Amino acid sequence: MTGLPDLGTPAGRYRMLRLIRGFEELALGLVRSGAITGGIHPYIGQEAVAVGVCSALRPQDRITSTHRGHGHVLAKGAAPDRLLAELLGRTGGLNRGRGGSMHAADFSLGILGANGMVGAGGAIAVGAAWSARQAGEDRVAVAFFGDGALNQGVLLESLNLAAMWRLPVLFVCENNGYATTLPAATAVAGSATGRAAAFGIPAAEVDGMDTEAVRAATAEAVARAAAGEGPGFLECRTYRFEGHHTMERLMKLRYRTPEEITDWRGHDPLPRAAALLPPGLAAQLDASVTEQLAAAREFALASEHPSPEGALDHLYADGLRPRAGAAGTAGAAGVSAAAGAAGPVGVTESAAGTGARA
Amino acid sequence: MRLSYTKALNRALADALAEDPAVCVFGEDIGAGLAGPTLNLLDRFGPGRIVDTPLSEQAFTSMAIGAALTGRRPVIEFQIPSLLFLVFEQLVNQAHKFSLMTGGQAAVPLTCLVPGSGSRDGWAGQHSDHPYSLFAHAGVKTVVPATPTDAYGLLRSAIADPDPVVVFAPAAALPVRETVTWELAPIPLGTARIHRAGADVTVVAVGHLVHEALAVAEELAPEISVEVLDPRTLHPFDWPALAASLERTGRLVVVDDSNRSCGIAAEILATAAEEMRLLAPPRRVTRPDGTVLPFALPLDRALQPGRHQLRDAVRAVMK
Repeated sequence: MTGLPDLGTPAGRYRMLRLIRGFEELALGLVRSGAITGGIHPYIGQEAVAVGVCSALRPQDRITSTHRGHGHVLAKGAAPDRLLAELLGRTGGLNRGRGGSMHAADFSLGILGANGMVGAGGAIAVGAAWSARQAGEDRVAVAFFGDGALNQGVLLESLNLAAMWRLPVLFVCENNGYATTLPAATAVAGSATGRAAAFGIPAAEVDGMDTEAVRAATAEAVARAAAGEGPGFLECRTYRFEGHHTMERLMKLRYRTPEEITDWRGHDPLPRAAALLPPGLAAQLDASVTEQLAAAREFALASEHPSPEGALDHLYADGLRPRAGAAGTAGAAGVSAAAGAAGPVGVTESAAGTGARA
Repeated sequence: MRLSYTKALNRALADALAEDPAVCVFGEDIGAGLAGPTLNLLDRFGPGRIVDTPLSEQAFTSMAIGAALTGRRPVIEFQIPSLLFLVFEQLVNQAHKFSLMTGGQAAVPLTCLVPGSGSRDGWAGQHSDHPYSLFAHAGVKTVVPATPTDAYGLLRSAIADPDPVVVFAPAAALPVRETVTWELAPIPLGTARIHRAGADVTVVAVGHLVHEALAVAEELAPEISVEVLDPRTLHPFDWPALAASLERTGRLVVVDDSNRSCGIAAEILATAAEEMRLLAPPRRVTRPDGTVLPFALPLDRALQPGRHQLRDAVRAVMK
């Protein structure tokens, strides 16, 4: 189970769809049981976008992801066991338990992070694309974002910069129909592709439930970008089968009708991808995914909880240790910040999120 | 050599660009060098590294973060201090948080340079802010050089630093010139500088106010011996230097061009009160709470810390 998943074959792509689906189901169970604190934004239903896009990327290409990022991170090659450990806040997690679901990253694989701010990854990807060109490297950057991000000014600004400077970046809009509960139809004037076209960026609308269609459109855009012909834009029409986040389950919201959800479930990307495989192969791949996820679960739950003393580890890349939250309780720590001394941390791990002083 | 503050910033950028091919500069009107620090850099280093940006502060700041995450070492010049409010999301919520949130996988070696922070005498409400305390509070490394040599040395260190750093070059310090007889060199972040030794009162002065503090110290010299301490970096702050100064004087006045509530002066006073030797209640001289600088020059001046108030504060802590 090591190495990049082989997304070059229909079997590899089906297996990744199944892996993402199974991972999300496993994570949902762990949220329900309370093992994962906070919540997650399940990707179930949208898997074809992550798999279709990432199957057309090269290992050196980079991505920025979103709050609903598990699918992108897995499809770009992150280890499911380490992603799951991250969701559980364990030291074995991709981010050593410091980021959680919304910030999962693996820089060694060109995954520049899921991001909690809608639209934020767009211009970061533009910067990565600019950086690669400056360094003379053949790398394309892909920014995933949702329909909600279409109304973020910074994303529109980044379309302009990418187009002006003909940067090797691909904007992938996952239009799942809703910005949380607000229907895209009531939020987006004009169209997603029309907005990209206004900046002179070639834009295509793709069936985001069809892995092969997303893959083909991505391959075309990546080839153009890598050839120096500038950015591309894909609007992938897709749907999330679950709520916006895991808290929604308890709330019985009515912004989507059961009929609408059922109808979209009829377009589930998994059976569609399975139909491309020889008989029996899908079941075999399903079994190997089940096995892999069982091992991931075991790894993640066995991984250690981080120790509270390390709550401020990595705050600065140069190892600078800031002062403790309470003066006088940390001995000389309060006056040793400039010397870079590691003083005890003034907040306990559980209180850290609320800014409470010890 | 006679060195101006702006020329020092220009030299620091040029030397950093020459030394490290990863260094690049983003900003508005930097090709023309409108604000001064980037003058002639476009000719010397080309448009690949001196990148004139459209007026899209949020996107080009995010873009610089993306570049910093992938091997570049960008500097952004912001012509107007208030533009920092526009990119607070990018600097505080993205750049500053990447290292911790990624568990140390990522570093964001990004420098933001604000030439002409604070009042520029007549540019009114939206061009006259001095928001360094906000960045220090958020934990972003924050530098406010007072002199040309410090401007050179601290900007060099900021660019070399693996974390985001905001460098405020106060408008009122830009006219300062210095005769430099030594080789310009990087100055480590987080180290204070004693500009004038004294025995009675420590005056901590931020940025351009160092020069006001020195003038007041000179004026008061016959009656009070004033030590002038320039922190130079507000985060990380050189607390040991302050503690050592207060061991000598035991009295403290802070002069700071921030709004009073939650400004850096408040933090300095609080830390001194909690942890250091004080013989008398400390004082601060700041802008009023929630200041918006009015346009008319007498009004603009009325709200900024001045010599008169500083003199009164120094005398007050001596009582």
